[in-house]
Amino acid sequence: MRTLLNKADGVRSIGRRAFMKLIGVGGATALLDTSKARAAEVAEAARREPAMGVLVDTTLCVGCRSCEAACNEANGLPKPERPFDDDTVLDQMRDTSPTAFTVVNRYEISKDVQITRKQQCMHCREPACSSACIIRAMEKQSNGAVTYRDDLCIGCRYCMVACPFNVPKFEYSSAVPLIKKCTFCFERQKEGKQPACVEVCPADALTFGKRSQLLKEAKKRIHADPKSYIHDVYGEQELGGTSWLYIAGVPFEQLGLPTLDNKVYPELTSGAMSTVPAVLLMWPALLMGFHYFFHGKDGAHDEHSRHDGPPRGSEK
Amino acid sequence: MNKLTYLLIGDPKKMLTPFNIISGLVIALGLGLTGLRLWKGLGAVTNLTQTTPWGLWIGFDVMTGVALAAGGYSIVATVHLFGLKKYEPLVRPAILTGFLGYVFVVIGLVLDLGQPWRMPLVMIFPRGVTSVLFEVGMCVAAYLTVQALEFVPAFWEWLGWDRLRRFWSKLAIWLAILGVVLSTLHQSSLGSLFLIAPTKLHPLWYSTYLPLFFFVSSIIAGLSMVIVESALSHRLFAYRLSPHTHFDLDDLTLGLGKGAAAILYVYFFLKLIGLADGNRWELLNTPYGYLYLTELIGFVALPCALYVFGVRTRNAKIVRVTGALTVMGVMFNRFNVSMIAMNWQETPHYVPSWMEMVVSLALVTMGIWLFRWIVNRLPVLSEVEEKPVLGTNTLKDLWALEGERA
Repeated sequence: MRTLLNKADGVRSIGRRAFMKLIGVGGATALLDTSKARAAEVAEAARREPAMGVLVDTTLCVGCRSCEAACNEANGLPKPERPFDDDTVLDQMRDTSPTAFTVVNRYEISKDVQITRKQQCMHCREPACSSACIIRAMEKQSNGAVTYRDDLCIGCRYCMVACPFNVPKFEYSSAVPLIKKCTFCFERQKEGKQPACVEVCPADALTFGKRSQLLKEAKKRIHADPKSYIHDVYGEQELGGTSWLYIAGVPFEQLGLPTLDNKVYPELTSGAMSTVPAVLLMWPALLMGFHYFFHGKDGAHDEHSRHDGPPRGSEK
Repeated sequence: MNKLTYLLIGDPKKMLTPFNIISGLVIALGLGLTGLRLWKGLGAVTNLTQTTPWGLWIGFDVMTGVALAAGGYSIVATVHLFGLKKYEPLVRPAILTGFLGYVFVVIGLVLDLGQPWRMPLVMIFPRGVTSVLFEVGMCVAAYLTVQALEFVPAFWEWLGWDRLRRFWSKLAIWLAILGVVLSTLHQSSLGSLFLIAPTKLHPLWYSTYLPLFFFVSSIIAGLSMVIVESALSHRLFAYRLSPHTHFDLDDLTLGLGKGAAAILYVYFFLKLIGLADGNRWELLNTPYGYLYLTELIGFVALPCALYVFGVRTRNAKIVRVTGALTVMGVMFNRFNVSMIAMNWQETPHYVPSWMEMVVSLALVTMGIWLFRWIVNRLPVLSEVEEKPVLGTNTLKDLWALEGERA
């Protein structure tokens, strides 16, 4: 159990701190206080360490799939059937998978215009997967990464239901399955390195940095060349913001990015969850009240000891 | 034939009935497929995909199973909290149905989880406190315990342990309250589960009222299940009814129908409020809209009207048929929310594999077997009389019966 608790060293994980808090404060209070506590954690984490991000400039992407190859190597994933320099792979739309945490797809905008776009986990600032996880195996780290504890996951796949980008992928063909997804190269970042995909990109389509800086950079590029870009940064507002940001020359939905509003996903269920303490506290009193109301003064006992009363079924 | 054999399976010569043979084959096939699933992973048996991670085993085994097992808490609340004591004869079979329902919900869930052996970790490390699923899991585990405690008096009676049974009767009210609290929480939370997927669940079904819809419709499902289940078990297990027990099942059925009609009426208007709140009326004139209207009119409004008609004309038969229709309606709703209207824009849409269906069917069949097994042994339909009727109730009677045959 020590190993289970102490695994995420280095960058302190929010999940672990929430857990410690739960033990310290006690169940009911913690339940009442969860959402506030979580917001405070996020704010504190942001102060302690800047949230990092990646800006993807799809106008620069050449579709070489170097990022895929680097990702494959950095994560020790099995080699794909067709090599990374086989361009015919782009003829088909692909999705990420348990053995490919990032893929590049080619979108036919018009006869002459084709745009390639890399996709991977967006590392939401308020990740739906993490709030949905029954055991908080998905953890939001203070540097922005959403990481996964493979020693805790029970395989319920609620993270997959919750993620609007369908990022978490499940090992359906394994008897001991886990969820697989992009880690934002969390381990590499701890060593001071960039994510593998960013490091290798030959076209400078990927820029790694503080998210706040990247937003400025994105807007600078749009201002500098307003005709080449849609005047919007995908991921600035979507779902309350994502660590990965996209700028593009065509509307984002044409590049397979879902149209999402600014709703912070964990808040979709926090309202319903906040009624739990209320039901736990009020329902018993209310129901006991019903019981005494309908049974009268001395009625509370008669029907429970049927042997003392008239034989059952005698009432018509 | 020794006593143990008789105790376990009854008369072996009477075992080979058509029902037993067919259901036995289903269970055997289901067990085989379960083995395949455990050995080769979920992909070998199910049609689940990376974009449709929840299928029949969640949509039917868990979502529908929990709703249909709501009879237990509904009828316990009716009797113990709202003081309608005439429904007392229905309590024990309803608790047994509910308890077995939940047992098989949990078995279904275990089969669907990737690593079910890690389930204890959820309790050892209660980290997921923001998760709706965490709440559902905790409540289902707690409620399973409550139902087991609610049912054991039948066991004490069977053993003739009267003092323990009397002690237990003092717990009844507390168990009833706990059961209603836990059921309120997890029945509604099964609806809340889908609140986090606004882009995936069809707008006609997605609503912030989902928890309320699920809770209210679980009461409807519970009462209707009690109507259907009591009708079936009092017919099929008539020989288990003590000759001293003479309650008017038709009268109770009409009463339950009246209650179900009232709640269906409320539910119908709640659904309309949800529809207005979603403000996507234009979607009603699409294929999914027709599906929604079928659910709302065919399985909510129509059963409500039929219940009213049955009660007004004091026709218990109509009420029973309506009960079955309503149960199907709640099933239809759970199927829609968790499978049919979920990932509605995806092509091809998820359709369960025959293997998923067989496993689910096997679970239901095992539930029926277990129900029959218990009803044939413990005092479920009738409690132990002051003067035991030979061969009907207690363990002692069973020994006596055994002695007579030998």
